[in-house]
Amino acid sequence: MLFRANVNGTWREADIWAGVSLLSALRDDLGLPGSKNACEQGECGSCSVWLDGVLVCACLVLAMQASGREVRTVESLSVEDRLHPVQDAFVEAGAVQCGFCTPGLIVAVTDLLEQEPHPSEPAVREALSGNLCRCTGYAKILDAVRLAEERLESAG
Amino acid sequence: MTISADLAMDVLQPSTLDEALEMRRDLPDAVVICGGTDLMVAMNFGRLRPAAMMDISRVDEMKQWRQEDGSIFLGAGVTYSRIMRELGTFASLAQASRTVGSPQIRNRGTVGGNLGTSSPAGDALPVLAAYEAEIVLVSGRGERALPWDRFLVGPKRNALEPDELILGARWDISRGPESFSKIGTRNAMVIAVANLCLVVDEPARSVRVALGSVGPTIIRAREAEAAATEVIPWDDPSAPIAEAATEGFAQLVARAARPIDDVRGSQAYRSHACRVLARRALSWALEEHRMDGGS
Amino acid sequence: MSVRTVTRSIPDGVGTSSRRIDGTPKVEGRYAYGSDLWAERMLWGATLRSPHPHARLGSIDVSAASASPGVHAVLLARDVPGKNTYGLEFADQPVLAGDVVRYQGEPVALIAAEHPEQARRAAARIEVEYELLPVLSDMQDALLDDAPKVHDFGNVLRHIRIQQGDPAPAADVWVEGYYETGMQDQAALGPEGGLAIPAEDGGVDVYVATQWLHVDRQQIAPCLNLPEEMVRLHMAGVGGAFGSREDVNVQIHASMLALFTGRPVKMSYSREESFFGHVHRHPFRIWMCHGGTRDGRLVVVRARLLADGGAYTSSSSAVIVNACTFACGPYEVPNALIEGTAVYTNNPPCGAMRGFGAPQVCFAHESQMDRLAGALGIDPVELRLRNAMYPGANLPTGRPLHGAASVREVIERCRDIPLPVETPLESRERSLLPGGVGNVTRGEGIRRGVGFAVAYKNIGYSEGFDDSSEVEVSVTRGPEGAVVEIHTAGIDYGQGLHTIVAQIARTELGVSRVVVRQPDTLIGSAGSTSASRQTLMTGGAVHQACAAVRRTLFGRLQARHNTGLEPDPSLELVGGEVLREGVAIATIEELLDDPVVERLVHHHRRTTSLDENGQGDPHVEFAFAAERVVVEVDEELGLVRVVQVAATADVGKAINPQGVTGQVEGGTAQGLGLAILEELQVKDGVIRNPSFTDYLLPTFLDMPPVVTEIVEDPEPGVPMGVKGVGEHSTVVSTAAIVSALRDATGRDLNRVPVRPDDLIGIVPPIQNRGGWPPSPKVPGNEPIPRYVGLSRGQGELMDEDG
Repeated sequence: MLFRANVNGTWREADIWAGVSLLSALRDDLGLPGSKNACEQGECGSCSVWLDGVLVCACLVLAMQASGREVRTVESLSVEDRLHPVQDAFVEAGAVQCGFCTPGLIVAVTDLLEQEPHPSEPAVREALSGNLCRCTGYAKILDAVRLAEERLESAG
Repeated sequence: MTISADLAMDVLQPSTLDEALEMRRDLPDAVVICGGTDLMVAMNFGRLRPAAMMDISRVDEMKQWRQEDGSIFLGAGVTYSRIMRELGTFASLAQASRTVGSPQIRNRGTVGGNLGTSSPAGDALPVLAAYEAEIVLVSGRGERALPWDRFLVGPKRNALEPDELILGARWDISRGPESFSKIGTRNAMVIAVANLCLVVDEPARSVRVALGSVGPTIIRAREAEAAATEVIPWDDPSAPIAEAATEGFAQLVARAARPIDDVRGSQAYRSHACRVLARRALSWALEEHRMDGGS
Repeated sequence: MSVRTVTRSIPDGVGTSSRRIDGTPKVEGRYAYGSDLWAERMLWGATLRSPHPHARLGSIDVSAASASPGVHAVLLARDVPGKNTYGLEFADQPVLAGDVVRYQGEPVALIAAEHPEQARRAAARIEVEYELLPVLSDMQDALLDDAPKVHDFGNVLRHIRIQQGDPAPAADVWVEGYYETGMQDQAALGPEGGLAIPAEDGGVDVYVATQWLHVDRQQIAPCLNLPEEMVRLHMAGVGGAFGSREDVNVQIHASMLALFTGRPVKMSYSREESFFGHVHRHPFRIWMCHGGTRDGRLVVVRARLLADGGAYTSSSSAVIVNACTFACGPYEVPNALIEGTAVYTNNPPCGAMRGFGAPQVCFAHESQMDRLAGALGIDPVELRLRNAMYPGANLPTGRPLHGAASVREVIERCRDIPLPVETPLESRERSLLPGGVGNVTRGEGIRRGVGFAVAYKNIGYSEGFDDSSEVEVSVTRGPEGAVVEIHTAGIDYGQGLHTIVAQIARTELGVSRVVVRQPDTLIGSAGSTSASRQTLMTGGAVHQACAAVRRTLFGRLQARHNTGLEPDPSLELVGGEVLREGVAIATIEELLDDPVVERLVHHHRRTTSLDENGQGDPHVEFAFAAERVVVEVDEELGLVRVVQVAATADVGKAINPQGVTGQVEGGTAQGLGLAILEELQVKDGVIRNPSFTDYLLPTFLDMPPVVTEIVEDPEPGVPMGVKGVGEHSTVVSTAAIVSALRDATGRDLNRVPVRPDDLIGIVPPIQNRGGWPPSPKVPGNEPIPRYVGLSRGQGELMDEDG
């Protein structure tokens, strides 16, 4: 079935099996493996992307549901060689170990800070409770959120 | 990758309700998908392989809610995130929405999905039961409304006809304290071990208590409701309540539950949890009732 | 060996929290994990697995599958080109089941197809006749004479005994306990995945997420009937491991399909398949008896350990030895009798998981110490201080404790970390109450508890195993100055090995630009990334190789200046320059007309196996850990919120402090999982919850802040004085959390994971129907497969290196 969507600013097409998720279409048909397949059941958030500007788990979207829509993935965040402040904050704060949860978290954190530039710690924890990390114990991810918050604030 | 005809699956994508109903009539076996938070799990793990799916996420008529003269109509396609943002006055519903999954899930999941799946663990379902909601169904033949307990007939079974779609739910707006509680063994992202919704209807002087995840379908604890009606000091909100009275209510709630042992929790724990949640929910309602002066 | 580090001038050297060397590609989503790989003309591989825990295989009809659209291969046991068995310690595990399956999920057939959905449908069309056999699912039943036999030679995998002193001395007070630990899963977020590409020479290149390239190759090659040189392993990005990738997963399967079809084959497991596709943490049953004096000195520890190894050996024989050697805890114990048995069952195979038997015994021995403290009326932390090990203290395995052992400091600094400020319940944000966003309490029934635990564990492999590490360090003059390249086969799956070896090279050679090559088998083995060993071994190897590079560079300088052949001790390399007594006399670039290349193999000190009384010198070095945990429990609902973890990490030398605390925090999260959340529920050999919906990992709302104190007491005789940090917080945190839960509820909690039912007391503490299990009759204390002539797995690798 023909799948056509605006992915990271470009219209992309692929002939896909109609039963695949948006996540599979991105990874296997569109050459965008940045969004991850840790569980494919909506429990881990590693596949977090934006669909029409809304944060979703790509594994829970039937690819055809995104046809004609706008999809943005982690791969859209760095521009040329410059990391997005959230991406840079993750590296600096030591919030990346194996990195498998990282793309999903970066999308979720970027989404959170766009909606709430100065969230309280409980709000951060609750907003990110759909993103699992098995390596870090979350402590340095919280540090990264704080660091990103400061950097985004000073960038205006 | 080139896809062979062997794997072909049809995806229908109506953009209006009429289109959707026509497709539903013509292809009743097409699996209806909206938020996909239940169905896509089954698709991803190879457990669901329909010949066709119908994506109703583009049908605007299903994504609306409106107040209608003392009652509220909630479209089946309104997401949990929107409920939290736009329908916060319905405290139980907003609270239940907050316990569903994660922001990613809440941005897609819908009450329509809970109704379509009809699992006793569906978080919105005890709320609809406590609100005495009716479920609005629509087909080419017209609209009909079924009381929630005539729609939810068993575990993962409902009364939807093959040519029908769930349009939404409707309930009368009442006034009074209400709360929703959900127990899971983790502090987020859990399928409920037990759910409880308690609604006090001040004008009607009635109490409704609904339980989830502790029986084959949603349970209303009717005996307990009657007892609660006796316990609440309708005329004198500041009157003290005997602990034995709240405990009696709580035990009746626990007795209404019909839980089982499964991977998520034991039967004994679930009964016990219902009792504790019931007592706490009633005490919160009584506190609110007292503070509001029973108005 | 002198310990020499140069710490001035070079940024991002040893002791700094240098940014991850692979951080940028990871945050951009460009870092290619095993499940992300792609190749032209690639096929997708899939595995058909047995749904039954124990069955004889009858006929297998693949005709419908082979005829399915898009299918290029359907392979069975008869299609394995070489040996049909592999295994870490013994080659007892079939590549594809031949005549019998011994656990639910055992691979039976392989499929390669154009599209993963085609592979899945073809797999469903394979018809397998299973004749169901009795299932052995209880580890104690495994010891009975009439139990079903998992293997022909019986169900005992290994039995060892450690005996020292008098097992029944006089003591003033005795405490006994029975403890159980459930089956935990490593649940690395990256699913198993890899790509096998057939090569023109008839060999194969395997890109895979794994923990040890060389031991993979050593197992793969005989199965493919290829010499090792024709099987080339390359590290693909690894999404965590924690022990789950020490055993082979997709490597042999993908290679077989690739060689058969002549096309690249990718395999990537779903989360559900992943639960069946790797080993798990051993469930243990532990009986313990501690005798002490009235003033709180331990007199004797007796313990009987039983570990459920599941269907195949994996690394179980090492796990049971590990558990036994640490069963007494980090305390001086004059008399000990520890017996441990690992058995086979038809449960899912168990093997390496972070801690390797130590978390389980730590839960038991720390529970015992709390019991003893209670019986004696002594403060629990004080009791531990009174018995704490020290350098030279008596080990139950007979030799004095070697190496740095500031156990008192580890305990005291943990104890002294300030307790968290208690925020009043009424004003608390709802999500920070036990039950989280569930709105189950507004402060009712909340009790606070504090618990403490201490542990120790070894670093490196044990019992005489020489797990060396080979590195090559080269320095060349690049267009912008000197560049160091490090070639190691050492896998970095998140703990930061590649980052720290670069830091070491910067400090040792005074060069900023360091490149770490992607690990492969073109260089010798670095050993496994496990056992908390890579800082010591590969870090140590790089340190030594840099010293060799320095010697060569100084030699060149001396040759140029004609200052003779004797090494000049006044020379140092700092900031890209050679200094003599602090004065710069040359730049490093001047000495790099030709590159300097140094390759060496770094070994640790020799260890020994254990004799029939468990006496010997089995471990390379030790590290100690303590944790203090504050919890809140809703005493009516049994729901938990861990409020704070305070931890000490005894690391010898912190190469990267941010990396160290990252390990402590992440390791604590896994221990928290074992304490209150995670269990693979297995009934009659069948896993009931192979999904993240019901196998619950801690979320952001479950993990507390962790405050870490780093203790740097250098280990003598090793480069940089380093220990390791990967496992120790996991070893100790489960025990500390349960200790806090007991303090909060007053309940006798003797099983992990603790459930709400246990915390509210609607079920009594778990009892064991028998007493201490009898000791099985065994020919000796070695793994039983050795006595029956099973060919050895990684043991052969050791022999190759001599």
